[in-house]
Amino acid sequence: MRIACPHCGERGLEEFSYHGDATVKRPTDGGAAPTQAWTDYVYFRDNANGPHEELWYHAAGCHAWLVVERNVATHDILRVTQA
Amino acid sequence: MKYSAFTVLREALSGHKGWQPAWRDAAPAPAYDVVIIGGGGHGLATAFYLAKYHKPGRIAVVEKSWLGSGSIGRNTTIIRSNYLLPGNVPFYELSLKLWEGLEQEVNYNAMVSQRGVFNIFHSDAQRDAYARRGNAMRLHGVDAQLLDRDELRRRIPYLDYDNARFPVQGALLQGRGGTVRHDAVAWGYARAADALGVDIIQNCEVTGIRQAGGRVTGVETTRGFIGAKKIGVAVAGASSLVAAMAGLRLPIESHALQAFVSEALKPLIDHVITFGAGHFYISQSDKGGLVFGGDIDGYNSYAARGNLPTIEDVCEGGMALMPMIGRARLVRHWGGIMDMTMDGSPIIDKTPVENLFLNAGWCYGGFKATPGSGFCFAHLIAQGAPHAAAAAYRLDRFAEGRLIDEKGVGAQPNLH
Repeated sequence: MRIACPHCGERGLEEFSYHGDATVKRPTDGGAAPTQAWTDYVYFRDNANGPHEELWYHAAGCHAWLVVERNVATHDILRVTQA
Repeated sequence: MKYSAFTVLREALSGHKGWQPAWRDAAPAPAYDVVIIGGGGHGLATAFYLAKYHKPGRIAVVEKSWLGSGSIGRNTTIIRSNYLLPGNVPFYELSLKLWEGLEQEVNYNAMVSQRGVFNIFHSDAQRDAYARRGNAMRLHGVDAQLLDRDELRRRIPYLDYDNARFPVQGALLQGRGGTVRHDAVAWGYARAADALGVDIIQNCEVTGIRQAGGRVTGVETTRGFIGAKKIGVAVAGASSLVAAMAGLRLPIESHALQAFVSEALKPLIDHVITFGAGHFYISQSDKGGLVFGGDIDGYNSYAARGNLPTIEDVCEGGMALMPMIGRARLVRHWGGIMDMTMDGSPIIDKTPVENLFLNAGWCYGGFKATPGSGFCFAHLIAQGAPHAAAAAYRLDRFAEGRLIDEKGVGAQPNLH
């Protein structure tokens, strides 16, 4: 699996680190009280089998955060954009 | 048919004409009292303990492929109960005790081998951490022994003791840990459950969970609708997909874990040995292959295969610990899909849907848990209340903040 970084070109997997589902949104209420929205944000994931938008960090490259759309059933990378 | 030395002798003398299939190839009945989704180790163990101890009526196990085609046949076969946290130790110790009596209980040779699990440590800080873990185990009545460098060298002479980066300082030993023939676990539970009347229905994929009034009524499958008063889900690797059929989201990401086998060698590694400075664990199978593994690949995956960087990382860990294996050729490697939870611990609980029970989130510790998981899940399904040893494995612990995070790394599945 190789990721085409928009800044550096196609690079090997070992240059990147993974930070999970890119579609979860941090609640904007400041987090003073525990809510279902916070629980969902921190812990719960759709984890579907198919195209998956996820965050990758180009740690050994340009240090950019990327949103990679990848088919988790096949490991095919469908799209890479700047986060 | 009871398996024994006498049976083997009788069949040897009579041309092996009397052997029978180990279980029936059952066709689905219209309805059951309990349907277990997933014909792997945990599902079959659940069905067996349900039928043996709880007798809830008619039981079926539905499996989308062939029996034991998932993670029960893809692991590195290690059993142990060397955990640290109060929510975990009693559960894994119950499981280890069940392993110790498994072969007699199911009348099947699962080759349970308590050859000892050595967790190697490489620094003073790590010795302290392992001493603490060992003490936690002993407080729970689990065997644990801290070995210093000289004692470890006497028992395992071939480690790289003077490695410049990761010198070997000693080990935490659980002597009762070891390995079990993984496929035989599935086969043994299947045969014993079948003998108690459980229908094991293979090549029957669940495609939907039917509900009425907030409670389950059965499963839609590729072989038609099967009615069920209670449904137990034991499909680790695909838990999120099956839970979604009932409208549930889980605190789980699916990840690929790779494992490896070398060419067959003469007896060389007598124990289970783990590297403390990286993630690498190894044992030798009875066929002679070195069986080893390491970390998950670290990104969501439902493809049962991984990538090269993880293979390199695992092999580098092995070379740092025992350079002698560097000349053994790798003959096979494979991948399996793990339910990685947000705290690294499993879930055995009811769900918001009445009479739908969930057994999931085994991360990469599911094999050793097989008997305990089945035992506690059967208790939950039959009694409607958790077994004491698995009471911490609640689904609501994430909302409540009662996480069981052995590694203390937070809600980041690829770090557990």
